[in-house]
Amino acid sequence: MADLIFMLLVFAISFTIGYLIISRVPPLLHTPLMSMTNAISAVTILGAILLFAETTSLGAKAIGALALITASFNLVGGFVITDRMTRLFKARQGRGSDGQETQS
Amino acid sequence: MSSWITTLFDLSIIVLLLVGISQFRTPRGARLGNTTAATALLLAILLVLYRNHILDPALLALALLVGSSIGALIALRATMIQIPAMVAFQHGAGGVAACTISLVELTRGGASTNIVEEVSGFLGLVIGAATFSGSMVASGKLAAKLRQTPSMLPGHNWILLFLLAAITGFCVFGSTTAGFALWVTLGCALGASILLGLVFAMRIGGADMPVLISFLNATAGLAAAFCGIVIQNRLLIACGATVAASGSILTAAMCKAMNRSLIKVLASGKSVARAGTDATAVVAAAPAKRVERTYAEALVAAKEVLRQAKSVIIIPGYGMALARAQFQVAALATRLEQLGKSATFAIHPVAGRMPGHMHVLLAEADVEYEKLRDMEDVNSVFEQTDVVIVVGACDVVNPAAVKMPDTPISGMPILNAHKARHVLVCNLDGRPGYSGVPNPLYDEPATLLLFGDANVTVTDLLQNLESAPEMPAK
Repeated sequence: MADLIFMLLVFAISFTIGYLIISRVPPLLHTPLMSMTNAISAVTILGAILLFAETTSLGAKAIGALALITASFNLVGGFVITDRMTRLFKARQGRGSDGQETQS
Repeated sequence: MSSWITTLFDLSIIVLLLVGISQFRTPRGARLGNTTAATALLLAILLVLYRNHILDPALLALALLVGSSIGALIALRATMIQIPAMVAFQHGAGGVAACTISLVELTRGGASTNIVEEVSGFLGLVIGAATFSGSMVASGKLAAKLRQTPSMLPGHNWILLFLLAAITGFCVFGSTTAGFALWVTLGCALGASILLGLVFAMRIGGADMPVLISFLNATAGLAAAFCGIVIQNRLLIACGATVAASGSILTAAMCKAMNRSLIKVLASGKSVARAGTDATAVVAAAPAKRVERTYAEALVAAKEVLRQAKSVIIIPGYGMALARAQFQVAALATRLEQLGKSATFAIHPVAGRMPGHMHVLLAEADVEYEKLRDMEDVNSVFEQTDVVIVVGACDVVNPAAVKMPDTPISGMPILNAHKARHVLVCNLDGRPGYSGVPNPLYDEPATLLLFGDANVTVTDLLQNLESAPEMPAK
């Protein structure tokens, strides 16, 4: 029971703090925000790794590998695309564009 | 490692993540914040690898390598117009991860008689699977691989309710069984959840896509949080909750920008059908009072108007992105500035296909972000503006939303383009936008219509813009 209350507390506190911080993000950055939080939701990768720390059947291992592949895809893809996007934004004086975009 | 050190590590990783997110105030900060968050997660992964004895490191490394390289490859190759489709696809991948982990934990069971964990496991499984299939539909629609308009099944809401009931039934039954019967039951629950996501997402389309993609963002986070409760991992719960909060904020912002409740967007699917009848009625009631001009005449008049103007606001819509005209539009803005006029962009929150999409598209075209102005900030300025140039936008500048009571877009906040002295419309044609409501702005005497491919029309506008006023041809 204490565990449950503790976990609900973790959820509630994180949700609240997240809500407070994120509601101050300007619309300008909403797309990078979503792609980054998307990458953060791939934190499930920790769960996928933990599956490999216990003796499991072959089936469980296969499913675990699937979880690892999808989570790492989500994680790496999300952070990389967010980085590319945030580099695109340029300020007025056009001071050194610090990201050479190859795609157009 | 003693438990309080573990707690301390977890706590610092969460704090690092939140610090990363709080950097999202300026683009520069956002880049730093993204790196901070990525570092935090990398630390978390290393810590888990260090704390636990991994039984099959080769398979683990291989799976990580495969997933990361595909992710990096796609992220490096995606163009900015593909971003919404890619992000939706990633929501789906996150859903699969949460769903599969919950599945393994549920079947491993036996020892876990804890009701909370069991319920969370089922929720992780169901939400994860539905997020996966819903995201695949969303991604397909955003990538134009599927029809973008909403598809309705007969008795759509009943099908959804039936699926929900079936899933609940499977889960309740599943909690009483074990072994092979459990696998079968979970398989059924999984299948029903995937169907649920499909049926749920298929009837949302077009201009409602920003709501759907934000909603899926929230459910992907929620699935991760439930997954965290099952395996009793604080980091998963905290991260999942933060993502859920972010997705909720964006969902609410998008709904507000369209003046539609979430329920209406997600569960009505009616906007288009209803708009069809309204559209014909309004069209019939309002015979064209607009001054008919040929394209050449309109172009000459438009250039004259631009030459005289001191202040210009450009309103880009998704049509601009579809025509890939953002580079021409950016060039036009630069040209106008060189001629000593002020040129800024007014961006409606649902102008793109996901929150903030239009900002990214214009940033890609090298428009400085200080020139991008949001609706609340810019709406009071239109009255003192000489020229508004609408490029590929319709519903978001449709005055019917504020002037007529019973259209599908009535009450939706719009950009007050009609209040400017002159309006140039560079849309593909005069047809109504996604809502189906004809745009009375087109009939205003102050409006000049330049219909056609925005790439061509904006290039035409740019040509000889600096030279002295020409004599009207013909």
